[in-house]
Amino acid sequence: MTAMIEIIGLKKRFGPKVVLDGIDLTVEKQSSTVIIGGSGTGKSVAIKSILGIITPDEGTIRIDGQDVTDLRGAARDPLMKKFGMLFQGGALFDSLPVWENVAFGLIQGHGMARAKAKDVAIEKLAKVGLGSDVAYLSPAELSGGMQKRVGLARAIAADPQIIFFDEPTTGLDPIMADVINDLIISTVKDVGATALSITHDMTSARKISDRIAMLYAGKIIWNGPTGDIDHSSNPYVDQFIHGKAEGPIKMAVKA
Amino acid sequence: MNLFAAIGRAVLILLAQIGRVTRFTGQTLAAIFSPPFYGRLLGQQIMRIGYFSLPVVGLTALSTGAVLALQIYLGGNRYGAEAIVPQIVVLGITRELGPVIAGLMVAGRVAAAIAAELGTMKVTEQIDALTTLATNPIKYLVVPRLLAAVISLPFLTAAGDSIGVLGGYLVSTYNLGFTGSIYLKNTVDFAKNEDITSGLIKAAVFGFIIALMGCYNGFYSKGGAQGVGAATTNAVVSSCCLILAADFVLTAILFHT
Repeated sequence: MTAMIEIIGLKKRFGPKVVLDGIDLTVEKQSSTVIIGGSGTGKSVAIKSILGIITPDEGTIRIDGQDVTDLRGAARDPLMKKFGMLFQGGALFDSLPVWENVAFGLIQGHGMARAKAKDVAIEKLAKVGLGSDVAYLSPAELSGGMQKRVGLARAIAADPQIIFFDEPTTGLDPIMADVINDLIISTVKDVGATALSITHDMTSARKISDRIAMLYAGKIIWNGPTGDIDHSSNPYVDQFIHGKAEGPIKMAVKA
Repeated sequence: MNLFAAIGRAVLILLAQIGRVTRFTGQTLAAIFSPPFYGRLLGQQIMRIGYFSLPVVGLTALSTGAVLALQIYLGGNRYGAEAIVPQIVVLGITRELGPVIAGLMVAGRVAAAIAAELGTMKVTEQIDALTTLATNPIKYLVVPRLLAAVISLPFLTAAGDSIGVLGGYLVSTYNLGFTGSIYLKNTVDFAKNEDITSGLIKAAVFGFIIALMGCYNGFYSKGGAQGVGAATTNAVVSSCCLILAADFVLTAILFHT
């Protein structure tokens, strides 16, 4: 196996607040890694650094062997076409109908003709269990679960090599969460993609991952196969996966 | 010591702000000239920023022209100079009131709308989503709005100029006893090309300011509903202030005073 994503010594601070304090993480090709950690531990910052939305202070990010840390502007375009991302709140464009949301990357990023992109969009919507009647609705008319599905269809529309999932099950009922988990597994396998997700939903993390990494105080404090997480003998990990208020992790009341 | 610290902090915040605006402007100007170009979006924005602003600009121009005529008549009356109404109305409207009123009205209408829209897109991660879909948000969101405003404002101002003169004409002929044909002849004879073009140049600059402030404040808004509200307020206040400042500078430059 070769590495698809390599993060070495990634650091980021906002003013005096150190969010990432030297992260090392490798994600193998066509594997699925989940980063777990409490709210505000910098999981989103880590993903946004890989995506280039946030510029890290220090460290190196390699995608498929290429150093992309300082890649900006037009030079970054070919790289962005390898990525797909499902945002926590869906982040659907509310000015566009559902099908145009799904087809957006194909039309704008890849220059596909609108009519053809629309066919692809309807096909991708079918993959996430949505009929073509949904295609003409506005995102505001959809329920939370349906918005997540549309977001997922948009993330996979251009057959990306790497898909990022930001809290894919947050805010959904347990059944819909499981439906989304199943869809994530099947769609990632389908396109043969590498997946990197962040979540604090342990049920989801166990189900969709091959490996789990735990982020705490700006560092990866544990990283291993999903099956090993229950006997990590790491008190921080144990406290987190069992959701106990008592333990070495003290929840800061003030951010 | 605390006083110095407070002053220092305020100065640093101001400098950081100026730096961010400058960088944002530079990125936008660079993005205008490199493909892809979004003609469809430009058309949409010209409709939203220009065409749909016509009623509000027309209405304010009409009433400004009418009031201006009335005031000049009353003021001129003191010196027996009330016949000067058409000349002063056309000069005041084309050089100054047309572009400034169009600018301020559009600032209230459009800068607020742009900041609220882009601000909401920012806090709901839609702007980040654009990036992940291999689309440059500045090219896709900012450039069409900026170009649309720069193109639309001179046209809006030209329309506002005509309607403003019409407002003066109506009041003068119906209430103040002017003869319609003489009023129009005095207006046309007196107005020079540079009176009108200088106003249109100002309008284009005001359009640039409005769209830039709307987009900048939207792009850098944060923290949910309250942040978007603050961005909207800042967009309107900053574009109005900058319009007034630019108006003074442009007047000085255009008329070499």
